[in-house]
Amino acid sequence: MKITKQQELNRNLAQMLKGGVIMDVTTPEQARIAEAAGACAVMALERIPADIRAAGGVSRMSDPKMIRGIQETVSIPVMAKCRIGHFAEAQILQALEIDYIDESEVLSPADNVYHIDKTRFNVPFVCGAKNLGEALRRIAEGATMIRTKGEPGTGDVVQAVTHMRMMQSEIRRLQSMSDDELYEAAKQLQAPLELVEYVHENGKLPVVNFAAGGVATPADAALMMQLGAEGVFVGSGIFKSGNPERRAAAIVQAVTNYKDAKMLAELSTDLGEAMVGINEQEIALLMAERGK
Amino acid sequence: MRVAVLALQGAFAEHEQMMHRLGVDTFQVRQLKDWEEAKDGLIIPGGESTTQSKLLRDLGLFEVIRKEITAGLPVFGTCAGLILLSSMHLGTMDIDVCRNAYGRQLGSFYTEADMKGIGEKVPMTFIRAPYINNVIGECESLATVDGHIVAARQGRQLVTAFHPELNDDLRVHEYFLNIIKKAVD
Repeated sequence: MKITKQQELNRNLAQMLKGGVIMDVTTPEQARIAEAAGACAVMALERIPADIRAAGGVSRMSDPKMIRGIQETVSIPVMAKCRIGHFAEAQILQALEIDYIDESEVLSPADNVYHIDKTRFNVPFVCGAKNLGEALRRIAEGATMIRTKGEPGTGDVVQAVTHMRMMQSEIRRLQSMSDDELYEAAKQLQAPLELVEYVHENGKLPVVNFAAGGVATPADAALMMQLGAEGVFVGSGIFKSGNPERRAAAIVQAVTNYKDAKMLAELSTDLGEAMVGINEQEIALLMAERGK
Repeated sequence: MRVAVLALQGAFAEHEQMMHRLGVDTFQVRQLKDWEEAKDGLIIPGGESTTQSKLLRDLGLFEVIRKEITAGLPVFGTCAGLILLSSMHLGTMDIDVCRNAYGRQLGSFYTEADMKGIGEKVPMTFIRAPYINNVIGECESLATVDGHIVAARQGRQLVTAFHPELNDDLRVHEYFLNIIKKAVD
């Protein structure tokens, strides 16, 4: 698939975020705490997913005032969310010179059919995916980074695990196919043949793939890294916990040393209360079902 | 020859691939016990310098790495790695650095420029990159883009504001290997 120079630079920025933790923040003060704890980027949003769930109603792009406030506070990349299909919100975020736009199922979808044509933008996009087909469709639309959808705002990692395992197993399946089987595979995945061929040859997505949605502890982060994530997003897990500073720093270290169980034991010790969380059976709204 | 690659955060795998293409063995440094392995040089990759600096301190790597670089261990820092070697962090290189010098991601760009000791048209990918305001003392500028210093060398220390690990051209990594070879001899 031919990509523009700008898209290549945008894929490159995602490469620089690898092995890092991207944290949801709602105020400049939280952004400062996240940066000091070692976050490699922050996601600026008005309400973290757990509160979006609690509040109900329509959730939209954040007020540019709070986004600017956070941009002025930290030197690390600042990301922000727009609604699925809401290209006008994306245009506004591009005008704010945001470093990455998350076209996110956490917000209320603005379009039940179409995602944003991300190839029309200079600013990079990250999109959620539950499986390989979704990931490749988002990449075809111009996404330069992918994350699992997980189930945001729950503190329950089960959906992120399901999505990461699904993606990895579908990648392995493609890898083992013979060339003449790829046409049918592309049809089944509802994804462009060129991207299917890329995965067949390289055994990975052509863009960086993070875990997101339900990561709440250093152990959750280590689990996702061992399952093949290249980094993690932590949303509600940090600022809904008893001691955000400590928990944030511990998750950052857990992502670097995700295979060292002894170190993970230390990092998991005495972190204060984790976010309470909700089980997937207890939630009325499955955000991961938004935008396929 | 064996090269350590700081693997706390960022694009370290890309540097390892470049080294492997040049037939050089690498290993990842994620904690203190990794650092104790034998090595002929160190690469500090791009990523977020605040993140990497925090982890260097939390993991007890900051002082030991600084000490070995000062004692002559060849080191190559790209982007965040350049910032880490400046007086802002490890302070082993006499460079005055401007962080996020080209602004946010929309200011990221690709260009080609000459590099002293390497040749013409070196591909240069700048991602939210810094540049060097000026080099001090023994430190020498190796390349400039739009009048700003984007590569420099001081003894066995090499830094670039751009990311040679993201392009196909192996010349900058070869240049670093030559620094290591001379140090080993």
